[in-house]
Amino acid sequence: MNTLTYFQEQFNQLQRTDAADGLIAIRKTASDAFNKLGIPTTRNEEWKYTRIGGLFNKEYQFDINPAITSKELDDFRLPAHAQANEIVFVNGLFSSTLSTIRSSDLIVLNLEDAAKNEYRDIVTKNLGHSVHYANDGINALNTAFAHGGVFVQVKKGKSLANPIYIYHVSNARSGNSFSQPRGLIHVDENAGVQIVETFVTLGEQESFTNQILEIVVQKDARVEYYKIQNDKSTASQVSTTHIRQVEKSFTHSVVISLDGNIIRNNLNVVFDADHCESHLYGLYCLQNNTHVDNHTVVDNAKPSCFSNELYKGVVGDNATGIFNGKIFVRKDAQKTNAYQSNKNILISETASVNAKPQLEIFADDVKCSHGCTVGSLDEEAQFYLVSRGLSKQSARALLLQAFAMDILENIKPEPIRKYVEQLISERLEIDVL
Amino acid sequence: MNDVVLSNIEKTVLSDYKYGFVTNIRADEAPMGLNEDIVRFISAKKNEPQWMLEWRLKAFRQWLKMEEPVWANVKFPPINYQDIIYYSAPKQRPSLNSVDDIDPELKRTFDKLGISLDEQKRISGVAVDVVVDSVSIATTFKEQLSKLGIIFCSISEAIQKHPDLVKKYMGSVVPATDNYFAALNSAVFSDGSFCFIPKGVRSPMELSTYFRINAENTGQFERTLIVAEEGSYVSYLEGCTAPMRDENQLHAAVVELVAHEKAEIKYSTVQNWYPGDKEGKGGIYNFVTKRGICLGDHSKISWTQVETGSAITWKYPSVILKGNHSIGEFYSVAVTNNHQQADTGTKMTHIGKNTKSRIVSKGISAGVSNNSYRGLVHINKNASNSRNFSQCDSLLLGDKCGAHTFPYIEVKNNSSIVEHEATTSKIGEDQVFYCNQRGIDTETAVALIINGFAKEVMNQLPMEFAVEAQKLLAISLEGSVG
Repeated sequence: MNTLTYFQEQFNQLQRTDAADGLIAIRKTASDAFNKLGIPTTRNEEWKYTRIGGLFNKEYQFDINPAITSKELDDFRLPAHAQANEIVFVNGLFSSTLSTIRSSDLIVLNLEDAAKNEYRDIVTKNLGHSVHYANDGINALNTAFAHGGVFVQVKKGKSLANPIYIYHVSNARSGNSFSQPRGLIHVDENAGVQIVETFVTLGEQESFTNQILEIVVQKDARVEYYKIQNDKSTASQVSTTHIRQVEKSFTHSVVISLDGNIIRNNLNVVFDADHCESHLYGLYCLQNNTHVDNHTVVDNAKPSCFSNELYKGVVGDNATGIFNGKIFVRKDAQKTNAYQSNKNILISETASVNAKPQLEIFADDVKCSHGCTVGSLDEEAQFYLVSRGLSKQSARALLLQAFAMDILENIKPEPIRKYVEQLISERLEIDVL
Repeated sequence: MNDVVLSNIEKTVLSDYKYGFVTNIRADEAPMGLNEDIVRFISAKKNEPQWMLEWRLKAFRQWLKMEEPVWANVKFPPINYQDIIYYSAPKQRPSLNSVDDIDPELKRTFDKLGISLDEQKRISGVAVDVVVDSVSIATTFKEQLSKLGIIFCSISEAIQKHPDLVKKYMGSVVPATDNYFAALNSAVFSDGSFCFIPKGVRSPMELSTYFRINAENTGQFERTLIVAEEGSYVSYLEGCTAPMRDENQLHAAVVELVAHEKAEIKYSTVQNWYPGDKEGKGGIYNFVTKRGICLGDHSKISWTQVETGSAITWKYPSVILKGNHSIGEFYSVAVTNNHQQADTGTKMTHIGKNTKSRIVSKGISAGVSNNSYRGLVHINKNASNSRNFSQCDSLLLGDKCGAHTFPYIEVKNNSSIVEHEATTSKIGEDQVFYCNQRGIDTETAVALIINGFAKEVMNQLPMEFAVEAQKLLAISLEGSVG
């Protein structure tokens, strides 16, 4: 059976079995949208550099019991997990048995349950908002299958001492796996939280994860969001993170992409209130045939907001790095300050980088700038180091590490930062100096 | 103080189109609409050889299969291509030898525009190939140029007299079926300029063409071809003014430049088509395909444009850097006000090794206009040690206009360096205050700042053209440019 026909049947079945569920209308709209929009091709401007159609021509094994044990997960757990709150998805479905919530300031529920009880309003109001920033069927496809997702509420006035780790596990042991995890995190007034998201594929077959995480940030709340992509070369992801700052608030995000097959990241930051602030950082350090496409949107819908964005790439082998950063400044969003910068280093002859830093400005009293560079390592800087006794290899590694450090130093939870630094050092083959 | 600044700026940008007048001369027109017969009619009218007709028909048949592009950041009602007259020539005696033979009515038009032919001929030393509604009326200085072996004539004349050159180069840079508007142009182009600089010759004067749209409902389909042979140099000027109209007029030109080894072509444009009235009614649709190829090593192509007119501008003067060590440049000032929309930029395609390109784009938007920069820098896999620098700055005057930047950067070579930077801002109150403090009134201060903003590009214009350009910028920004 082809994947698309399967989707349709699966969808009908889902709607029947979950008929009483508060998500039924949202799913229906999304399913119609998906049928209309379909899988994006490179003719779609937003997918110009990323060919995703091939992933839908593969045979996926849908009807397996993906269950894994907690022990199997141990190999992949992030550092300092013993203190963290862990949320685990297996093949796109939230697993409450594998998840561990340690903090009493967190409410973690099945998305379906949350849509029925006291959080109903929050869910219906905020779930699916990311669709306004995606003109393609991929986003709709996830929403059409919004079930088995997770709802997280960070309680008012509570600042979490330890982060939330979200694992997206794909069990691809007996066949190709296709997962569509869905999450909604509501950070209430004056709350603070750190979220770390990562992807793990088990088994030798291919995995494809089409994931959406929507984060709603209330007044005076602080959110730090980290995404680490270091999965197998058989793992593909379309990973959408939609951060909506509905009141004056602060967000900070770092996206680290290291390994995978085709990775597409959509990071949206929407300022729906005055005086919001957001910092966006990203690092893609690629080798082999990895293809990473980072799309970011900063939407200044309201005045007096501030955003600063810095994405860096080190691209080697046959890898491709793509950066598409959009800054919108809406008509009334005066006094906006929005900055964006994208810097790339190509370290092999067959690597390529495509960048499209884009500004769309409809207000006049703004300060906006963007910059983009693509180049190779500075010969003079290398010579400086070599002339002082470093080997050529160490000199290169040192310079690349320094290049990456601009991003890494923005990872605030120390165990995570050390962990990522270690991964980068290994990647760049840095001998301990 | 802010209010004062705005009102002055508003005065500035709301100035009316000064060159709006209609010349009453009878035109020899094709029937309205477009089909193969019209293409044949145009070709026959121009007495073209069979190969040219076939070339046109091929383009036309391809055009029928193509779709109008929708990706540009502009909005306009659908164009009815059957509602346009594709050929119109002023009724004139053929091939004039001297300016005295020109229709007196037409001559007055030129006087109003300030390009009185005899004056130009005598004083400025510029050869003007005047195109009024598609057919060349007069070409001056031709003899002087021909002594050096430079061919500067209308494209129709070139098809008759130099068919080999036309056959060899036409469509070699912009293929007949390159895009929707280029295909349309290839099928129905009426006239344009042809310029050939032989090996080692440096053109002693700036070559210049004035385009004017005249008869009502006439689309203008100009075709320009410039070929610079090894070691030659030419500076070409193109200027546009058009009379005021209510109906939208379509202008789909094609410009092709070919630079051989060590040759240099400098192409400067001042574009001041009718932009429509304050409500956005009327105005010219300017959908132009301009492309140059640096075919030989060490060749150079430089585009400079000052865009002040047109209701809609859709224009991307590009350079294909094929030869090693070749250089491409793009300097642009685009001013939009009222309901004008501009989607303009450039494409730099680096193919040869050690190629360099530089892009400087300055956008000024006012009123309720939208001004977009759209550019592509592509570094091919084998284009080692290539270098690009792009800078695009936008200045917003008023809170209802938009400034947009869509740069595409594609790099497939690791020894190349590409840099892009862009800023968007308004005229700072502190800047105006600084000037006020020193006794410069607000209006002059605004003029000063705008002049400074555009200066980097204006400096690239050849001396002979600078006066004209300043005049046109002054009209668009009247009240502020001192």
